[in-house]
Amino acid sequence: MELIELRSIEKTYQMGDIAVPVLKGISLAIRQGELLALTGSSGSGKSTLMNILGCLDRPSAGEYWLDNQEISKLSSDERAMLRNRKLGFVFQSFNLLARTSAIDNVAMPLSYTAENLSEREARKRAAEMLARVGLADRLGHYPSQLSGGQQQRVAIARALINRPPVLFADEPTGNLDSKTSEEVLQMFERLNTEDGITIIMVTHDPKVAGHAKRVIRMDDGVILADAAPAGSGRETPGGGAP
Amino acid sequence: MRLYATARTAFRALRRNPMRAMLTTLGIVIGVGAVIAMMEIGAGSSATLKKTIASMGANVLVIQPGTASSGGVSFGAGSTTTLTPEDSQAILRECPAIRNATPMVRARTQVVYGNRNWVPNAIYGTTPAYLEVQNWSILAEGEPFSERDVLNGNRVCILGQTLVRELFEGASPLGKDIRIKNIAFRVIGVLTPKGANMMGFDQDDVILAPWTTIKYRVTGASLSTSNQSTDATASTSVNTLSNLYPATHGTLYPEQSAAQQADNPMPVRFANIDSIMAAANNSGEISMAIEQITGVLRERHRIRGDDPDDFNIRNMAELTKTLSTTTTLMTNLLLAVAMISLVVGGVGIMNIMLVSVTERTREIGLRMAVGARGRDILRQFLVEAVVLCLTGGAMGIILGHGGSLLVKFLLHWPVETSPAAIAAAVLVSAGVGIIFGFYPAWKASRLDPIEALRYE
Repeated sequence: MELIELRSIEKTYQMGDIAVPVLKGISLAIRQGELLALTGSSGSGKSTLMNILGCLDRPSAGEYWLDNQEISKLSSDERAMLRNRKLGFVFQSFNLLARTSAIDNVAMPLSYTAENLSEREARKRAAEMLARVGLADRLGHYPSQLSGGQQQRVAIARALINRPPVLFADEPTGNLDSKTSEEVLQMFERLNTEDGITIIMVTHDPKVAGHAKRVIRMDDGVILADAAPAGSGRETPGGGAP
Repeated sequence: MRLYATARTAFRALRRNPMRAMLTTLGIVIGVGAVIAMMEIGAGSSATLKKTIASMGANVLVIQPGTASSGGVSFGAGSTTTLTPEDSQAILRECPAIRNATPMVRARTQVVYGNRNWVPNAIYGTTPAYLEVQNWSILAEGEPFSERDVLNGNRVCILGQTLVRELFEGASPLGKDIRIKNIAFRVIGVLTPKGANMMGFDQDDVILAPWTTIKYRVTGASLSTSNQSTDATASTSVNTLSNLYPATHGTLYPEQSAAQQADNPMPVRFANIDSIMAAANNSGEISMAIEQITGVLRERHRIRGDDPDDFNIRNMAELTKTLSTTTTLMTNLLLAVAMISLVVGGVGIMNIMLVSVTERTREIGLRMAVGARGRDILRQFLVEAVVLCLTGGAMGIILGHGGSLLVKFLLHWPVETSPAAIAAAVLVSAGVGIIFGFYPAWKASRLDPIEALRYE
């Protein structure tokens, strides 16, 4: 069973009178537990694809099945709930709330969860998450008191607080030096192998892509190459020929 | 997202920039503070004003006997003799809207002291309650006569300022005897000056005495109202011209013999009075008081069904109207000023909230990415604005109350704490927060998460 399935997704932006096609019929299937890198030069449409995959945006045409649910027709409120429950996001610039402690940053998504955890439970879960990313001793620190790698790990803890099956990482190492980049990537690999979380990274850094089990290269709105993990036997389902 | 959690988030957001939050709320602080201070000082002034106008007799009702008529000729108000002192007591006892009531007997005759004489505007026979009804309880000198004086018909009186001037040339009249129709009255009190009333009637040109004394000793008639125009205008025994111009009239009917009187006994009526003066609890209850008095008197006078009243009740409608207009005007004026300052404060809030939304675009984008719906964002910013306004409102209440206390102690202005104003200030500041916080919050909730996340 595929966790994510895209069927000829198209996205066209309207710039005044001119229609600018950004995605030109992308079809893609991602299984549970994959560690996937989405690469391509800037303007190739990988960020747009990522936004659609992350339910931040809606495709102009095509179908998007996530966890056996057709997503592309959902309202923005429904997509927000979906993001809260099933998707985690890690950004290049961390996007932590300033002057807010690490634990409160991590607990923040819980306040939008329908379950309505009590304040104590929420903090307990946030502390567990921080411990999992190795920051058990930094609970009360503010982002300004943390290094870049630590900040990104707080962001990862925040993304995982609702135990989503999918984690999106948009240039997760773009603002980090190579050593901390390596740490963060190793953490992704660990999360992927130990917890079975599906991780989708957007990057243009081949070193980062090297950590992925599957690399999808995009160019000009189509999938150029899909190096499927060995043994799966699947061919390139993309609309573009290599 | 629960409201409590939202409020916590809002507090946290505001704490991140305490200086700016302080400056933002300053508009509300000053606005609410001004409202509270003005309301308290204004309520104090208004209460004083009300008291002043009430002392002019705004709450006073005058009940007069009705008109008598004969062969189609009406004799005007007060020409029947239907009111009794017991009516006055009954009114006081049975009308809850009435604060006090007193019977009134009026005389107009010459008053003599030593070699000086004067005809006061009015000599009122009444009870001590008259002073309370007229808000005249504080005397310039001496003390009022008592209920016992009324019961005994004691010859004591209280003089108005004009009489003190005319008879005593300003010297203290206390303990002196003046003569009214050759009856000596001991002066036991002097009224405070009141000046002319609205009709130009000199209210200080008056003598107050127990109504029993005036009724039985001065006017000397227990069965007729003292119609001043027919009554003696001077002490007849002193007036040497009284034979030429007799002040007494001849009897119209032949005297009844003892047998005739025994055959046709007059109904026993011990006293009738000229009018009853009653004071309503406050100006708002005047119409209720009139209704109650009408009911009591109709019952006491045994007036059936549709028969007309044998009395009429006058009130100081003009004064009452002035009173309510003045109060409304004061309140509206204060309200207008208050509204302006609150609107200014609200615009300040809106301004800063808009800046805050722009500044926190990335935060909004992030919150949306992790699952906040538009209405969560809307609520967050609204709550933030309301928290800001309520904090400012609380500070404003303290500031305004402190300011009005300062005015009270330093300037000795009358000040009245007004819980209504405080409650209104809280509501209004929350309202300002919602109204002026709505647009920025709405703008925030409509942001596109992708662009918000990319915003620099």
